[in-house]
Amino acid sequence: METVVELRGVVAVLSSFPALAGIDLAVHRGEIVLLHGPNGAGKTSVLRVCAGLLPIERGEGSVMGVNLRTQRESVRERVGLLGHSNGLYLELTVAQNVAFWASAVGASAQEVALAMQQMKIDGRLTNVKASQLSAGQRRRCALASLMVRRASLWLLDEPHAGLDQEGRDELDAILRTAVMSGATVILASHETQRSRSLATRVITVDGGLISGSES
Amino acid sequence: MTTRLQTVRRVSWAVVCKDLRIEWNSKVLLNQVAPFSLVVMIMFAFALDNEGILQRVAPGLLWLATLFSMLIIVQRSFAVETADGALDALRVAGTEPLGIFIGKSLALMVQLFALELMLLAVALVLYTVEPTATGYAETFATMVVATVGLGFVGTLYGGLGAGARGRETLLPLLLLPAVAPVLIGATRATEAAFESGGAQSSQGWPWIGLLAVFAGVFGAVGALAFGPMIEE
Repeated sequence: METVVELRGVVAVLSSFPALAGIDLAVHRGEIVLLHGPNGAGKTSVLRVCAGLLPIERGEGSVMGVNLRTQRESVRERVGLLGHSNGLYLELTVAQNVAFWASAVGASAQEVALAMQQMKIDGRLTNVKASQLSAGQRRRCALASLMVRRASLWLLDEPHAGLDQEGRDELDAILRTAVMSGATVILASHETQRSRSLATRVITVDGGLISGSES
Repeated sequence: MTTRLQTVRRVSWAVVCKDLRIEWNSKVLLNQVAPFSLVVMIMFAFALDNEGILQRVAPGLLWLATLFSMLIIVQRSFAVETADGALDALRVAGTEPLGIFIGKSLALMVQLFALELMLLAVALVLYTVEPTATGYAETFATMVVATVGLGFVGTLYGGLGAGARGRETLLPLLLLPAVAPVLIGATRATEAAFESGGAQSSQGWPWIGLLAVFAGVFGAVGALAFGPMIEE
C-alpha cells in the first residue's frame, strides 16, 4: 500500500519549545487516522509538519514522496489543512468564497457546484455573507473550499467543532467519500468517541511523542 | 503543463476579483474612505482659507489626502485577510505569493485611482485650480504612475504589518516614510501640471519619469520580498 506520510524521529520546535520530540508515523493511502491526546500534546504540530508549515529540526519526513526537510513548501499544493480558523472572507458570500478558491486553483464551476451541494451550502445559503453564517455553516463553507482545491491529503484540526449532529454526520460521510476517491485523512480531535467510529486507526500523541496506536 | 507564469496570472486574477468583490459588497471605499478624504480636503481649505495659498499648495494637499486615505485602504485590505485566517489559508495552500502580491496591488491601485479622480474633482472645485488640456494629461499621467508605485509599496508594507501586534499604529509609521519619494515626485509633477507657484507644464515630465522608476523599484522589491514576508 502506498505510503502517503512518513515521519521518522521527527523533532520540531515552536519558539524554542520542542513541540514534537521524535515522532515516528507512517500513514497509507486511503486511511483515516485519528490523532488524539491532551492539549499541547503535539497533535496540531503533527498536522503542521505534514502540511509543510512547521520545519523539521531533526529526523526525516516525507509527504507523497516530497521531502519535508528540503522541499516542504512544494507539498502544500497537494495537502489541505483546516485549522482552528476557517480561512473565509467574511464580506464575501458562501458562493463567492468557494468560487475564489476554485479560481485560484483553476477548478471548474461544476466542481464548485458539487462541493457546495455535498456540503449542503447551496440553496438558501448560497448568497449569504460568511459573516452571517453560524459556526457550523462556516465550517461547511471552509470544507467546500477545501474540496475544490482537490487536496490528496486532508489535515483536519477539530473538524467537528461547531457542527450540529446532522453536520457531523455529513462531515463523516464526506470524509469517507473523499477517502474512497483516493484521498487520505489525518484528523486531530478531542472528541474521541465521535471520531473513533470514523477512523481506520487511532494514534495517541502525548508530550510530543506517539504513545499508542490501535486499529 | 501549467507554467509558473500561468499560475501567477490565475492567482492574481482571482485575488484582484476577490478584493474588488469584497469592496463592492462592503462599500467601505464609497461610504467611509471617500467621505474621510473629502473631509480632509475641506479641512485643508478651512485651515488655509486663502485662495492664493490654496492654489499654490493644492497639489501637495491632493497627494497628502490620497496618502492618508491609502493608509485606511491598505489596513482594510489586510484586515479582511486576517479576520478569519484567510491569509494563512492562502499560505497553507501554497498559493503563489507573487500572484497574491500582484492581485492585491492591482486591487489597491484600482481603488486608489478611483479615489484620486474624486479628489482631483474636489481640488478643482474647492481650490479653484484650472489646468490646461496639457495640464490634465500630465495630471492623469502622474496619477497613473504614482498609483502604481503606491499600490506596490502599500501592499508590501500591508503584508509586513498584517501579522504584527499593534498593526494599526505600525503601518503608518512604516508606510509614510516609504512613500515620501512618491509624495515629493507626485506633488512636483502636479504643481507643474497645475502651473501653480510659477511652475511650467514641461517641468512635470522628469518627475513623472522618476515616479515610474519608483514604481518599478517598489514592484521589483515587493515581488521578491512578499513571499518570504508572509511566510514569516
